[in-house]
Amino acid sequence: MSDFEIVTRQDFSDVTYLLEIRHPLMARAAKPGQFVIVMEHEHGERIPLTIADFDRDKGTITLVIQAVGKTTREMQQNCQVGTHLFAMVGPMGIPSHLGKAKKVICVGGGLGVAPVYPQARAYKQAGAYVIGVLGFRNKGLIFWEDKFRAVCDELIVCTDDGSAGIKGLVTEGIRQAIEKHPDIDEVVAIGPPIMMKGCSDATRAHGIKTMVSLNPVMVDGTGMCGGCRVKIGETIKFACVDGPDFDGHQVDFDDLMKRLGRYKPTEKAALEVFNESCRIRNAAPTDPAAPHTHEH
Amino acid sequence: MAKKKTIRSIPQARTPMPEQAPEVRVHNFEEVACGYRLEDALNEAQRCLDCADQPCVRGCPVSINIPGFIMKIAANNFHGAYDTITDTNLLPSVCGRVCPQENQCEGVCTVGESLEPVAIGRLERFIGDMAIAQGWANIPYIERHRFKVGIVGSGPAGMACAADMAKAGCEVIVFEAFHEPGGVLKYGIPDFRLPNSVVDVEIEKLTRLGIKFECNTLVGRLFTIEQMLTEMGFHAVFVGTGAGYPTFMGIPGESLGGVLSANEWLTRCNLMRGRDFPNFDTPLQPGKRVAVIGAGNTAMDAMRVALRVGAEKVHCVYRRSATEAPARAEEIHHAQQEGIDFQWLTAPLELIGDDANNVRAMRCIRMQLGEPDASGRRRPEVVPGSEFEIETDMVVFAIGTNANPILGQTSGLKLDKRGYIATDENLATSIAGVFAGGDIVTGAATVIQAMGAGRKAARGMKAWLGLRDSDSVYQPASDDPASRLFGIDRRERNYARVRLASA
Repeated sequence: MSDFEIVTRQDFSDVTYLLEIRHPLMARAAKPGQFVIVMEHEHGERIPLTIADFDRDKGTITLVIQAVGKTTREMQQNCQVGTHLFAMVGPMGIPSHLGKAKKVICVGGGLGVAPVYPQARAYKQAGAYVIGVLGFRNKGLIFWEDKFRAVCDELIVCTDDGSAGIKGLVTEGIRQAIEKHPDIDEVVAIGPPIMMKGCSDATRAHGIKTMVSLNPVMVDGTGMCGGCRVKIGETIKFACVDGPDFDGHQVDFDDLMKRLGRYKPTEKAALEVFNESCRIRNAAPTDPAAPHTHEH
Repeated sequence: MAKKKTIRSIPQARTPMPEQAPEVRVHNFEEVACGYRLEDALNEAQRCLDCADQPCVRGCPVSINIPGFIMKIAANNFHGAYDTITDTNLLPSVCGRVCPQENQCEGVCTVGESLEPVAIGRLERFIGDMAIAQGWANIPYIERHRFKVGIVGSGPAGMACAADMAKAGCEVIVFEAFHEPGGVLKYGIPDFRLPNSVVDVEIEKLTRLGIKFECNTLVGRLFTIEQMLTEMGFHAVFVGTGAGYPTFMGIPGESLGGVLSANEWLTRCNLMRGRDFPNFDTPLQPGKRVAVIGAGNTAMDAMRVALRVGAEKVHCVYRRSATEAPARAEEIHHAQQEGIDFQWLTAPLELIGDDANNVRAMRCIRMQLGEPDASGRRRPEVVPGSEFEIETDMVVFAIGTNANPILGQTSGLKLDKRGYIATDENLATSIAGVFAGGDIVTGAATVIQAMGAGRKAARGMKAWLGLRDSDSVYQPASDDPASRLFGIDRRERNYARVRLASA
């Protein structure tokens, strides 16, 4: 099917990077809102990543990744152009439902900026008036502003420290957009759970439909493990096969955030082992005759 | 000619299988049952009466010629025994280990009427393992034709169907969503019951039949069943995706940390090798005091895995009694030997969390058995005022699964009212050329039942493609004019494809 070759890499900052992976069949099948599961190497874990873009002509899938844990840092080190991932499966999840909305706000926070892009583009292509609201911690972390400008009728950039755009969270951007446009039909928000919670709270009083994309802990991504179960209203849903998009006003975000922390202690331990091995490797004298050692 | 054996002349006691001692094996993932040695197998083979009735063959979902292969063992013809088994079953090392023989071949064995039944499963495993060790593989001469068959899911149902279709001369491609083939044999059944290396050998045998495995392929989302038929050139498709979608009880506290499904627990540990963390990256975070809800084979596996990754105390919580427990007797016995604490007639009411939102206790209530319910088992009823707490830092739900929704979401396949794929008696689905079998049709069952379904679907598929099959050469001729074109049965596709030219 594919050998998961990395054909493009771009570093947005020292923690955020973009990988474009060749997989023509998946590029043909992918729709906005779907995700993939990636394994970097044979001993790796399966991590879910929302599809940031797909190019049917080039036959590629684009992922934007933040180096936060062991796996994503290791990928940051090893995933160079010409290398291959061990596995990438997808597109998973139910594609986003693009309704008949005439005027939408597409909100992306941090890493969520990437996966909200295909939705903004799809809405633009469907003839909607698209307002983009992008949130970053500071100016140095901004990426894809030009891509969004090309598909948005208005773009509001927010930074935590005010180094670019308006100072404040994306909820401030949403507030301004709603104030200016009382006829907004729908808000799409993708980002950290706390941000999506804030966005859902911000729109609730206005009664604006708000769709969020959830990315809880997963193993298989096919509905088999139930690790990604989330509370939607009174019912339990699996984000991988029943989502990942849900009505933000129904999502129990507190429950979601608690569950996301479950493997933190082990993940922290794994990261420490990884950092230590990097430190040893970097400190070791570079002798090309010495046997190459891996941590695995 | 040798004197006919009688129930009095055969070895009276069943030959025991060497096992690892419980106190040793709870610290490793090596197999519990070490397998028959040569002398064990020869001795046990003497116990088969080779009776005329052969109830064991009827008791076997894939109708292995059981007396036939046992007689060959007795005659020291081990390769012959392997040939006999592989006539109908390609995976003797797997089935010899995981089949519930006590409910199948051994449950109806004639010897079993007065003594312990012949240890058919152990003999099957002996032959299968010998074949692996000796490198035997029976690859029949296959004459290829142009039919191409797609198999969705590489578990036992898919493997069995793939093998039959490959032997019938089809080009077979098996699609698997995980990064390794094997399905539940890999992610679910732990190594101490079925080593993943044994599964790999069996899969290697399938590739020698010409079967291709395509992993990392989520059928339904990467391409649909309909696309397989219309764009990708498959003449027939078999769906064996398994039941998936684990159920929870809906009691308070299920989203606490440390609460998970048996599927998740077993997959993290077995397939993803979380037990070897940090050499493998998947985190496991095993509990010290583990409570597993349910008493099926999956529950037993979940508990015994927990012991092996360091649990100090493991409880089995089941609302009925030991008699009703769905697990194999041997599995319950092994679990008891290893020190699992069985809380029979106990139902969980609530999971209680600590300040960090991890589970710390399970509130339970005692049950008693009342009148039989729809399943024929006595209905458990609450004993008023009998509530108590079990201290626990990990709770595993092993209470069954619901139908996986992906193919229902992405294809026109007709589902039954529970969401499983609806089929006719030949396992044909509502889409012509698409067959389904295993857990995705019946709900959760056993490995050998899934394999039986895979083979049954293969028979239906062969008839549909017009391929000759020893069991069903032709379907009865149909009187329905709609099923005939130019007086020729549409299903007869051996020599000419019959199709109306498009206008």
